[in-house]
Amino acid sequence: MARITLEQIRHSYLSAPSGDADWALKQIDLEWADGGAYALLGPSGCGKTTLLNIISGLVRPSRGQVRFDGADVTGLDPVDRHVAQVFQFPVIYDTMTVHGNLAFPLRNRAMPPDAVDARVREVAGMLDLQDKLSRRASRLTADEKQKISLGRGLVRSDVNVIMFDEPLTVIDPHMKWVLRSKLKELHREFGVTMIYVTHDQTEALTFADTVVVMYDGAVVQVGTPVELFERPRHTFVGHFIGSPGMNVLPCTVDGAEAVFDGVPIPIAGDDDSDSDDAGSGPARAARVARPRLSPSGAGGTSGLELGVRPEFVCFSDDGFAVEVTKVDDVGRYRIVDIRRGSHLMKMVVGENDTIPSENPRIRFDPAHTRVYADGWLVAPREAER
Amino acid sequence: MSTRTVNHRAWWLVAPVVVLVAFNALIPMMTVVNYSFQETFGDNVFFFEGFKWYEQVLTSERFHASFVRQIIFTGVILAIEIPLGVAIALTMPRRGPWVSVCLVLMALPLLIPWNVVGAMWNIFALPEIGLLGRTVNAMGIAYNFTQDPASAWITTVVMDVWHWTSLVVLLAYAGLCSIPDAYYQAAKIDGASAWAVFRHIELPKMKRVLTIAILLRFMDSFMIYTEPFVLTGGGPGNTTTFLSIDLVKAALGQFDLGPAAAMSLVYFLIVLLVCYVFFTAVMRGEER
Amino acid sequence: MRSFKWVAPLLYIVFLMLPIYWLLNMSFKTTNEILGAFSLWPQDFTLENYKKIFTDSTWYTGYINSLTYVVINTVISVTAALPAAYAFSRYQFLGDKHLFFWLLTNRMAPPAVFALPFFQLYSAMNLFDTHIAVALAHCLFNIPLAVWILEGFMSAVPKELDETAYVDGYSFPRFFVKIFIPTITAGIGVTAFFCFMFSWVELLLAKNLTSVAAKPIAATMTRTASTAGYELGLLAAAGTLTIVPGAFVIYFVRHYIAKGFALGRV
Repeated sequence: MARITLEQIRHSYLSAPSGDADWALKQIDLEWADGGAYALLGPSGCGKTTLLNIISGLVRPSRGQVRFDGADVTGLDPVDRHVAQVFQFPVIYDTMTVHGNLAFPLRNRAMPPDAVDARVREVAGMLDLQDKLSRRASRLTADEKQKISLGRGLVRSDVNVIMFDEPLTVIDPHMKWVLRSKLKELHREFGVTMIYVTHDQTEALTFADTVVVMYDGAVVQVGTPVELFERPRHTFVGHFIGSPGMNVLPCTVDGAEAVFDGVPIPIAGDDDSDSDDAGSGPARAARVARPRLSPSGAGGTSGLELGVRPEFVCFSDDGFAVEVTKVDDVGRYRIVDIRRGSHLMKMVVGENDTIPSENPRIRFDPAHTRVYADGWLVAPREAER
Repeated sequence: MSTRTVNHRAWWLVAPVVVLVAFNALIPMMTVVNYSFQETFGDNVFFFEGFKWYEQVLTSERFHASFVRQIIFTGVILAIEIPLGVAIALTMPRRGPWVSVCLVLMALPLLIPWNVVGAMWNIFALPEIGLLGRTVNAMGIAYNFTQDPASAWITTVVMDVWHWTSLVVLLAYAGLCSIPDAYYQAAKIDGASAWAVFRHIELPKMKRVLTIAILLRFMDSFMIYTEPFVLTGGGPGNTTTFLSIDLVKAALGQFDLGPAAAMSLVYFLIVLLVCYVFFTAVMRGEER
Repeated sequence: MRSFKWVAPLLYIVFLMLPIYWLLNMSFKTTNEILGAFSLWPQDFTLENYKKIFTDSTWYTGYINSLTYVVINTVISVTAALPAAYAFSRYQFLGDKHLFFWLLTNRMAPPAVFALPFFQLYSAMNLFDTHIAVALAHCLFNIPLAVWILEGFMSAVPKELDETAYVDGYSFPRFFVKIFIPTITAGIGVTAFFCFMFSWVELLLAKNLTSVAAKPIAATMTRTASTAGYELGLLAAAGTLTIVPGAFVIYFVRHYIAKGFALGRV
């Protein structure tokens, strides 16, 4: 068990990277607390797997250090880091039985046979594989194979972290749910750090206590699921998390107000979420490289945008005029497509609320309206930590 | 395979192939069968009498001798080419510009007409003017493949290794390339040794292509004719006379059509039998 | 240790190249030099041998003959194998497994067994000493091989492709030509390569079925060598030239070689 620190990690697959685009990982500074359940979330190709492989030692970073409990392990092989990793497609050794597969990592470390057998039976019990131990591993279903991959990580009592690289891709929907619950259960039981890579926000939000969101080779936000929803630090997070994603509209800033399409939009500090900013959960321990803000808060910048989630938009007579273009009833609430000029927005309306049929006007909840410069959150200012 | 639908009209699709192959396989085969029973008896052939040629072939020392030579030759080249081919495939680069270079250069011997292979090795190994013959003799080893049986054997084997190992390399390499990276990564994390990676990952994944390799090499080496014929002519004496060479000598050289035909069939049946046994053994092994 | 892995393939390639180099070396030497002084490279460099081959019609027609029957064979083999491979990969029909095995057994028949009956068969049909005779004879082992390789490639194409096309109203022939064949061009390329290769290198049958009009180059070589005394330089030049077409073909399919081998079914 260990606290894992990534210091100024940069990585490129090219031997002589020149431009920004050549770097698969641009600059990563992160700390993973011991025993945390993390999700690493981001679209395909954003560098999630590279980051994972750097932690496990399969990939040496071009720059920067990986530390386990403060000790530099950047030069160590995966074996010596005592990590476990489960891959997208189940990896099993076809020549061996289920028992042989589970025992393999222990035998490679020259553990006495009695101890191996005892440990394998224990782990097989946890994964409901005890009655399949003597079967040939190649004959099993995809989810059973994936359990074996997971089991090979669990049998070792010395693992510092177990990493999952989109482990449920080939599992059918029903088994996905079962396996995910199993993972949570195992996390509670062992308290081992788990990092779960996925591009599916539902998977990430249900598995993890802390979600790390990556975009284009950089970490854009680290936080609890609630924080990601209420205070997206980057417009990408707003888009990526939540369904439908955050409305992002061009705006200018005039004093303490944002101006969207000639309409002043009040912005208030968000007292509700400031309270947990002071907390010191695992999310707080992780630092994110501060974005460089160009003319922050100054009006007239073309890169300024206003972000508000559809959940925080409501019909209000003292708001500004819009046009309703479409209403989708998705069960307990409705998603309404609205338009002001060429600007398209979405809003969420409860099933009991009415949609005005004539001259609809809307307002944004000031406590949940944000201003972004070049994609990064600038207003209201976060309490500096 | 289980998803194929039953459709007997598919026979129309295979018809051209069946006609072409049957024309080339069945008619000549019948001729051979005919010869093997005929000749001695004119019109009223007694079938069991016709087995005379088979008896003669199966009891002839000449056939035994070339059969034993053939078995030894095939055994030796399989024992060299398969492990060597796998070893080369394992050490080849998996990606990068060198892959194409390796593949093109290695495939080259496979595309040289077989008698050119024989002629090339002849020139290469001649004691006086060949690079190989000259070098070996200069090292103080008496070497002359036209007169010394041991030299002739070694030259034939080395030539076959030169000619065909690349086929094993290409097949094994194709098998290795189909292994996903995740297997190697998982093995690293599980702390597997290089041997364990070979034994539990690479070898099982190569099993299928290695089966093809062994089958092809067995069949082709068992039928080998042109290369040793051009190189040594089956000599010195009969020391490198393999089954095919013996057969052609009998059929064309001495015009013993009956025995030659009987020998052909015995020969063909041996190849077929060995392939069938090997094939079913592998299949059964896979089903288990 | 890892960094020295390239030594093995390198040594192997050197081993492969040595006899070829020697052949090339000889081809640039005069007969006198070959039989006289031993040297690692031509002392008295000459292109006479090549000149002779390109000007003497008994030599260069050999190349034309070889290429002609090889191309005809490749076309016949691939064309006939395409529908058959499709049938094996998509349908179950009476005797399919036996038929498949029977086809493969012909790959196992020693050409020496067929040499004489082939001669009689093609003579009886008045096809002796024609290109088509050799091309047809080579179908014996090339068609089974073509079916085998193509079946592997076709089985890798999902069946949904066929079903979608039929739903869209394609007839079988139109679907096969317009949609299916374009999706497996790589497989066809690989198959053609193997047919070309095995037809190009085989000589026992080719030699037996021809005398003058369709005589393959490699046969010209051996006959000339034995009749015209020991013209080693000429022989080496002719041999070198037989490597050229193969080298070209390999170069064009180099990206598919490994793949084509992997997809065959056992």
